[in-house]
Amino acid sequence: MSVVPMEFDLARDQGVRALNSWLHQNAGPRPPSVRVLNPDGAHNIAVGANAPFDVEVRGHAGYYVGGMNQLARITVHGNAGTGAAENMMSGEVRIKGFASNGAGASAHGGLLVIEGDASLRCGISLKGGDIVVGGSVGSFSAFMAQAGRLVICGDAGDALGDSLYEAVIYVKGKVASLGADARFEPLGDADFEALATLLERAGLAHEPHLFRKVASARSLYHWNADANQEY
Amino acid sequence: MCGIVGLLLKKPEWDGRLGELLVPMLTGMTERGPDSAGLAVYASAPVPKLKLSLFQLHGAMDWAGFLRGLTASLPGEHALQDSGRHAILTTAAPLEKVKSHLETAAPGLVLLSQGHRIALYKDTGAPADIAARYGFRELTGSHAVGHTRMATESAVTPAHAHPFTAGEDFCLVHNGSLSNPHEVRRKLEPLGIHFDTDNDTEAACRFLEWRMREGDDIEAAIERGFTELDGFFTFLIGTSNGLSLVRDPFACKPAIVAETDDYVAVSSEFRSLAHLPGVAKATLFEPQPRTIYHWERT
Repeated sequence: MSVVPMEFDLARDQGVRALNSWLHQNAGPRPPSVRVLNPDGAHNIAVGANAPFDVEVRGHAGYYVGGMNQLARITVHGNAGTGAAENMMSGEVRIKGFASNGAGASAHGGLLVIEGDASLRCGISLKGGDIVVGGSVGSFSAFMAQAGRLVICGDAGDALGDSLYEAVIYVKGKVASLGADARFEPLGDADFEALATLLERAGLAHEPHLFRKVASARSLYHWNADANQEY
Repeated sequence: MCGIVGLLLKKPEWDGRLGELLVPMLTGMTERGPDSAGLAVYASAPVPKLKLSLFQLHGAMDWAGFLRGLTASLPGEHALQDSGRHAILTTAAPLEKVKSHLETAAPGLVLLSQGHRIALYKDTGAPADIAARYGFRELTGSHAVGHTRMATESAVTPAHAHPFTAGEDFCLVHNGSLSNPHEVRRKLEPLGIHFDTDNDTEAACRFLEWRMREGDDIEAAIERGFTELDGFFTFLIGTSNGLSLVRDPFACKPAIVAETDDYVAVSSEFRSLAHLPGVAKATLFEPQPRTIYHWERT
């Protein structure tokens, strides 16, 4: 039995609100796939999905695409605006083009794949989600990231991993500068295994041994009265 | 918030479509800036005479009477193209003489822009209403800079709307906020630079135009702006022959560029560019922080 995908054409009378309420109300155990046409940079596409939908966005998405996602697999066949997959809980969001600022911000779970570049503050305050960026990331990426993994196949901008907690960054290319309390660390077997798995899930062919690892030096975990406010 | 849009047409044969292409860009940014809007349009060719954009702040304006008065006081060639409270005056008279006539004969008139190419429109209200009020769709030219405003730091009046202008054929629109506009103003006022409003963007506009009058090119002026202007900004600047774009080092405010063989289009967000012809094949990119982009009509 072939299932006809549900189609929402945002250029017609079906706006983002119709799409999102349909997603919220049709969270059965085997939901049909959903196709979103003419997104044209609209905000909040497929936000708050709560079932294993397959959502195909045919074009460029605006702010917060796939935000708060649970279980759904959302693919944007184009670029994404600010805050793609912000606060994702589970599932997968894939951006075929580039992503603007704050991609994957505060994601608690799931996998965000950005096949192109990600702009500044990618994975800011990451809380357990995984992010794989096929290209480069802008400055302040993984700022205050608490848990989860950020894989960067290209270069990183300034202040990578500033004030990191327990999230881990793997980066293949150049790093413009590390942020406060971030440091390079050697990779162990578990790291190589994790990297191989993430790269495979992302569908990106890179050799795990070519990546470096950035993690927290944990020197900001406790107040140091002798530091004279100089970090 | 605020929305910025800009369009530079690479081929003169497109100039007749400038307004038609630009209006959906401007109205597409309504959610980012619902309280005021403005547009600076650069004509395909400069007028040898002076071109001034005038705006009547309060009440109706008797433009025919104004033109008679101007002709009587400053004999010579004047031409006026008016729509409601707004008019474009082209004149062979010297600027200072026109200015002093305005001050005495029409104190409610504000000089929005001066130069040889620029025409400037700005007002309060929804961007679509303003576009219809001044016939933006029919405007033609080589490039244009537009803005939709959501005021965060100074009053909502036509004078506080963007674009701001300084000098000739120079304008600037801003998404963001500056934290030291008063410091900049205190630096410029003793140099004889007059401010029209208390708006933060006006300080940036007058600062950059002042630097260019002092001999900096646009890149050098903006470079100096990085140290003198404190705050968040995406600036889009219009000059006689092109557009310049810059984002602050933290890239707090968005911008996206679409470039084809026919045009360069700049906007805060892609949704304002989605209607442009050939955008599906355009080169799309987000400008890097602290990087100056400049496009000219060759």
